[in-house]
Amino acid sequence: MTDLLDDWRNGGFGLYVHWPFCQAKCPYCDFNSHVTANIDQKQWVKSYNQELARTPEALRGRVLNTIFFGGGTPSLMHPDTVAAVIEAAREIWPFANDIEISLEANPGSVEAGRFAGYRDAGVNRISMGIQALNDEDLRRLGRIHSVAEARAAFDIARSCFDRVSFDLIYARQGQTPQDWETELQTALSMAIDHLSLYQLTIEDGTAFGDRYARGKLRDLPSDDSAADMYQLTQDICAAHGMPAYEISNHARPGAESRHNQIYWRYGDYLGIGPGAHGRITMGGIRYATETYRTPGAWLEAVSKGTGESLRESLDHSEAAAELLMMGLRLVEGVDLDRYASVAQAPLEQEQLINLANLGMVTISDRRLCATDQGRPVLNAILRDLLVG
Amino acid sequence: MTELSKIRNFSIVAHIDHGKSTLADRLIQETGTVQSRDMKEQLLDSMDIERERGITIKANTVRIDYKADDGETYVLNLIDTPGHVDFAYEVSRSMRAVEGSLLVVDSTQGVEAQTLANVYQAIEADHEIVPVLNKIDLPASDCDRVAEQIEDVIGIDASEAIQVSAKTGQGIHETLESIVKLLPAPEGTRDAPLKAMLVDSWYDAYLGVIVLVRIMDGVLKKGMRVKFMSNDTLHHVDRIGVFRPAMQVVDELGPGEIGFLTASIKQVRDTRVGDTITNDRNGCEVALPGFKPAQPVVFCGLFPVDSAEFEDLRDAIDKLALNDASFSFEMETSAALGFGFRCGFLGLLHLEVIRDRIEREYNIELITTAPSVIYHVYMKDGEQIDLHNPADMPDMSKVDHIEEPRIKATILVPDEYLGDVLKLCQDRRGIQEDLTYAGTRAMVVYDLPLNEVVFDFYDRLKSVTKGYASFDYHLTGYREDNLVKMSVLVNDEPVDALSMMVHRDRAEMRGRAMCEKLKDLIPRHMFKIPIQAAIGGKVIARETLSALRKDVTAKCYGGDATRKRKLLEKQKAGKKKMRQFGKVDIPQEAFISALKMDS
Repeated sequence: MTDLLDDWRNGGFGLYVHWPFCQAKCPYCDFNSHVTANIDQKQWVKSYNQELARTPEALRGRVLNTIFFGGGTPSLMHPDTVAAVIEAAREIWPFANDIEISLEANPGSVEAGRFAGYRDAGVNRISMGIQALNDEDLRRLGRIHSVAEARAAFDIARSCFDRVSFDLIYARQGQTPQDWETELQTALSMAIDHLSLYQLTIEDGTAFGDRYARGKLRDLPSDDSAADMYQLTQDICAAHGMPAYEISNHARPGAESRHNQIYWRYGDYLGIGPGAHGRITMGGIRYATETYRTPGAWLEAVSKGTGESLRESLDHSEAAAELLMMGLRLVEGVDLDRYASVAQAPLEQEQLINLANLGMVTISDRRLCATDQGRPVLNAILRDLLVG
Repeated sequence: MTELSKIRNFSIVAHIDHGKSTLADRLIQETGTVQSRDMKEQLLDSMDIERERGITIKANTVRIDYKADDGETYVLNLIDTPGHVDFAYEVSRSMRAVEGSLLVVDSTQGVEAQTLANVYQAIEADHEIVPVLNKIDLPASDCDRVAEQIEDVIGIDASEAIQVSAKTGQGIHETLESIVKLLPAPEGTRDAPLKAMLVDSWYDAYLGVIVLVRIMDGVLKKGMRVKFMSNDTLHHVDRIGVFRPAMQVVDELGPGEIGFLTASIKQVRDTRVGDTITNDRNGCEVALPGFKPAQPVVFCGLFPVDSAEFEDLRDAIDKLALNDASFSFEMETSAALGFGFRCGFLGLLHLEVIRDRIEREYNIELITTAPSVIYHVYMKDGEQIDLHNPADMPDMSKVDHIEEPRIKATILVPDEYLGDVLKLCQDRRGIQEDLTYAGTRAMVVYDLPLNEVVFDFYDRLKSVTKGYASFDYHLTGYREDNLVKMSVLVNDEPVDALSMMVHRDRAEMRGRAMCEKLKDLIPRHMFKIPIQAAIGGKVIARETLSALRKDVTAKCYGGDATRKRKLLEKQKAGKKKMRQFGKVDIPQEAFISALKMDS
């Protein structure tokens, strides 16, 4: 059995820190977020640091490439909290010279006041959840900021950080391809070098999910119209020098989110904080880890020794499925030899040829890539390749 | 051994829901045959499916001891007959095993088509018939009107009809008295060779096949060697008894009595309903009249959704066939569906019952192909082929002509729905034979092709009449018509399991409907898919399913890897429910849904 001892190096090594609180829950969001009045930031620093302190020996000698503060709304973290976690991480791992430390921020005025503090704590990249450039739609998405506030916060972020990205959600209720094109042009005129553009997805267990199930979520664009908007997004962004490098992410070459690339290139990442997932390689085996989801349960579990609720080893086919699933999201695709070594078997040639004949994938220099036509139907491609 | 004059054998004729089973329960209860604490609703319907649907599939029997007002104790044998048209032959045999019938009619509803069919069977068997008007506790009850209807429609005297509420128990005593007073005692000779009719049989895991018999002449005793006359098989009787309704062993059964025997028989197949049982030596010379081997009329393919379950399906079918001689099967291979079985049934209800039992009792998910009938295909070279499966249709250029089975259908319907019923029958190529009225209800008789009825005729009839119509049919014979095989091509590949025989004039309409349906049922793929209906090489309808354009997870952070992988694993299970035709996955429900005609 070839072990996976060094396979993670193809993706790198990062740390994900989950901050589970929001000021208000957005109706479309199915991430692990909670609304609460009182947060004892010192308690959270202590717990994060306890989690970092139990880092397995096998992971300690590595160089850390990235840290990502995600949520929830990490811009509700006190800059001292962020600084303390970064310092604790530095005690454990040597930081790469070009380490990327990102933090997700709400584009509100209060948060903007903390940006300088985050910079001083070591954060060097901000990702802002602007979501829409139209007040009516922001309200419908349940966002608590206005476009004006968002633009002001964005300007402050730009003055503090070299790298600022923002998110927009499209294929919203009542949105036409023309509406989106106008909004996207505005976004591109603001953007520095990175944009995340997500199609609105109705998830079960969210307020939108419930409304959708009851037939109350009206005017959602049809699949065809949403597909048109996706295509439009690819074309316009590419024309502005910000081509897609992943299904929903666009950047000037070299400005890609390195932390997210660790996921997509199937590297190793340690996940701490409530509901954080991790993938870590120890002794040649890839493990999936999860932590307790609710803040209270996680804090209590940490105080008793570990916040981890699950650590399971992935077998060859599971790890290979994840490698493919994540890797084909990237325009750069997946190395077929790497796939074969993780899976202990090559991908089925017949399926590959069928998909190539349909124009869904290309294979060159032993790399398998989903084409511009294939990426919007990636789930179908994966079903063909993995389910057979 | 009971004296003939103290025996009364009877059946109950009733439409579904008119209270047959409840009445039987009350008779059993009133006579103290079953202790109250052992009573459960509808004692006689033992199979889950029978209970759920409120229908009887196997004949059941119960022996009741009744001390009548005249001071004598009588033995009453009730045979609960299957009430459905699919089991008409079984009903006719049960009728021959008894001397009288209670005709139970819901006094809030009136006579239904199915009641008619069964009451005619009773009349044909020379029964004394006692009308019983049930549900008189309900406000809508109208005994005078219903009694009049019984006289008009059936032509028997209903002036003495007993008014009963099986629910409250009112009239139960009178019913028992009428059975004793009005129904004739059986006849028979004790000293003659044994002559018993095989009324029904079923498989019991402990006792082997249990055979329900009515003794006509002679005596049946434990230890006897008996002969089944239809197939000349010999059996050693190891147990005889009666149902009360639990099995109770007795020493012997004499003329006029109804009971069971076991003889270490392993297959129900070897025990044919209507057969005559006699002594091994010096038996009776002439068998009872009317015996007929079972004849399936409706055929369909049953395939496991998960092809790995083929052997399990074979097991299930083998076991069910042990208990059901009327169900035929042979292995079938479909290019589309893999290995399965082509099965023959007495009718649609029989098909549904078997399918439900396989799915429920054996936990195997099934793909059921379109029900078909047997066509007589006459070849130009003079050969005649019985076509059970449209997929086997020979090349049309070699076919001289095709005949299809026809039925005579009787439908009773409140007159406000008559127009819809006539339209439905006309749409299904029916020829009207009769239309009469009984009060506000119309009785229509149609000559219809069986293939227009086997699929969803009954569902459509129920829906256009809001459930108020009743329907019954019997086969009348074969007639030539302009029939063609319509094949369906998905992505230019023929899907054999969807091919069907249709009338030429209706082919375009059916083809269009089928293509439209399939377009909705087949999920979009990464390429566009033409869906066509064709007769021979000629395409008569076409739809195009456009290519999938959007199916991707928009946001996929690290944490989502597990969830996404689990989703794919779930899709792996879901994919088992699809069948692949060339490059196209077709969901299993498409095979049945595509055939349903909506209007």
